[in-house]
Amino acid sequence: MYSQGLIGADGATEETPEFLARFQARIDAEEKIEPNDAMPEGYRRTLVRQIGQHAHSEIVGMLPEGNWITRAPSLKRKAALLAKVQDEGGHGLYLYAAAETLGVSREQMTEELLSGKAKYSSIFNYPTLSWADIGVIGWLVDGAAIMNQIPLCRCSYGPYARAMIRICKEESFHQRQGYEIVMTLARGTPAQKEMAQDALNRWWWPSLMMFGPSDADSQHSDQSMRWKIKRFTNDELRQKFIDATVPQAEFLGLSVPDPELRWNEAKGGYDHGPIDWDEFWRVVKGGGQMNVDRIRDRKKAWDEGAWVREAALAHAEKRAARKAALAAE
Amino acid sequence: MAEQALTGGSDPHPALFDAVLELADDHLILGHRLSEWCGHAPMLEEDLALPNMALDLIGTARTLYDYAARQEGKGRGEDDLAFLRVEREYRNLLICERPNGDFAQTMLRQLYFAAVMEPYWAAAVDSPDAVIRGVAGKAVKEMAYHVRHAGEWVIRLGDGTDESAARMRAAVAELHRFTGELFEESTASAALVEGGVLPARGDLRGPWDRVIGMVFAEAGLEVPEVPFPQTGGRRGLHGEALGHLLAEMQYLQRAYPGATW
Repeated sequence: MYSQGLIGADGATEETPEFLARFQARIDAEEKIEPNDAMPEGYRRTLVRQIGQHAHSEIVGMLPEGNWITRAPSLKRKAALLAKVQDEGGHGLYLYAAAETLGVSREQMTEELLSGKAKYSSIFNYPTLSWADIGVIGWLVDGAAIMNQIPLCRCSYGPYARAMIRICKEESFHQRQGYEIVMTLARGTPAQKEMAQDALNRWWWPSLMMFGPSDADSQHSDQSMRWKIKRFTNDELRQKFIDATVPQAEFLGLSVPDPELRWNEAKGGYDHGPIDWDEFWRVVKGGGQMNVDRIRDRKKAWDEGAWVREAALAHAEKRAARKAALAAE
Repeated sequence: MAEQALTGGSDPHPALFDAVLELADDHLILGHRLSEWCGHAPMLEEDLALPNMALDLIGTARTLYDYAARQEGKGRGEDDLAFLRVEREYRNLLICERPNGDFAQTMLRQLYFAAVMEPYWAAAVDSPDAVIRGVAGKAVKEMAYHVRHAGEWVIRLGDGTDESAARMRAAVAELHRFTGELFEESTASAALVEGGVLPARGDLRGPWDRVIGMVFAEAGLEVPEVPFPQTGGRRGLHGEALGHLLAEMQYLQRAYPGATW
């Protein structure tokens, strides 16, 4: 998710070499950078972009899963899904707050999301077609997010790193919950097992794409690695995810939809088939089935809520004025 | 066990089953309605608050369904009661099933419901029935929060802008006709009230009027005359909206009978 935040990020800085060297020395000494510290403009911009896109991903990510809240198959699942989607909203809130420490407002970030200027994780531009998707999203999508996010708990920017600690705990719970949903289906009726396999087939490749382009094509990674915003490359994280997930699928008796997937003893990991980067870029650029719907839904909620936000503000002003008038009497 | 004290053993207790089911249906249906907002609220804070309130209600519903199912003694569980009954078997108050409408209607509906359930559960904390007591102890705190949260919104919107005030007045005009039912006793609940197990709904009118009066005064709203009060939920006589809610909610359980989820 976060690595997509770096697509097109411009880390260019105009600071003096001495300033940059002092900053780099702090980073190398594993010091946390805090909101009031001097930082290169490129560092700030990269973080605003990354944290903002991460926040947007949490908020847009509420929609595909929210699609099943009213159809959850049991009261226990309904409560768990509702709590999960609520957690995503909470993550969005901490992340917007973390980004605000870098001098950008939530309103500004929201406008950038709604205007299409800011991106969010491409995974949420796929539709949730069955209940099994809710399980597979928890298992794979939250699983991939955790792989990305655990290293972010050590990110050089303090507020982001601290927000990620709590987020990772909750994501890890979501991931186990998702896996348990898939396990229940895999051990259920033939129709349920088929539902689970179908969901795995549809979500596997998009989940691998969540780690972002291959290292060879990821030009901004180097600077982010030096600044310790990022600690592992896209391909390293993707490999870790595959190695952790394939045995989980085997345990469930489900097949990973990659005929070229093989254990490679020499590298101690799986080799996998080619990722369809054309599809990835198409979805990133707005061509996924749900891109238009997701932004339309967010925009609708925002526009239809405008009168509520205006009323809250008007009431607060009237109240303050009444209080002031009383005090003046 | 309190249920033993009531029923003289583990025999089924039909009135208790019916009365608890009514309460469970209120909480599930209203919780379901609130859950429809998740991801679509006017601001991120409400995207967190609305599911939170929905979770409170669904949590209470689950405990009550489980208790009702045990009273029935036919081997049904919470999900059988929630997912495998049809419209006419649902016993919820009509106000709980009303569509969300705009944010003003959702908040007013929540205030109307919570302002009756807060004194209800407050009285039920002394019930001789241990399960009811347990539910009451938790729910009374939740309902106090719902009254505060929804009440503050009714005030903000009623007092806010011309548009929000007009929407708030429209919400009152839409929903007030369903509030009389909040104070009606069903045959089943009347039997339990008599035994002191459940609070008498008639006694809740005073506290409810006071809360609504206070909120409306600050919100600049008037309590309207209701020429044609609507009722019937406790007898399964619902509006047309409930069938659609159930069709959606029950879809998987109906499409895959007997599956475990």
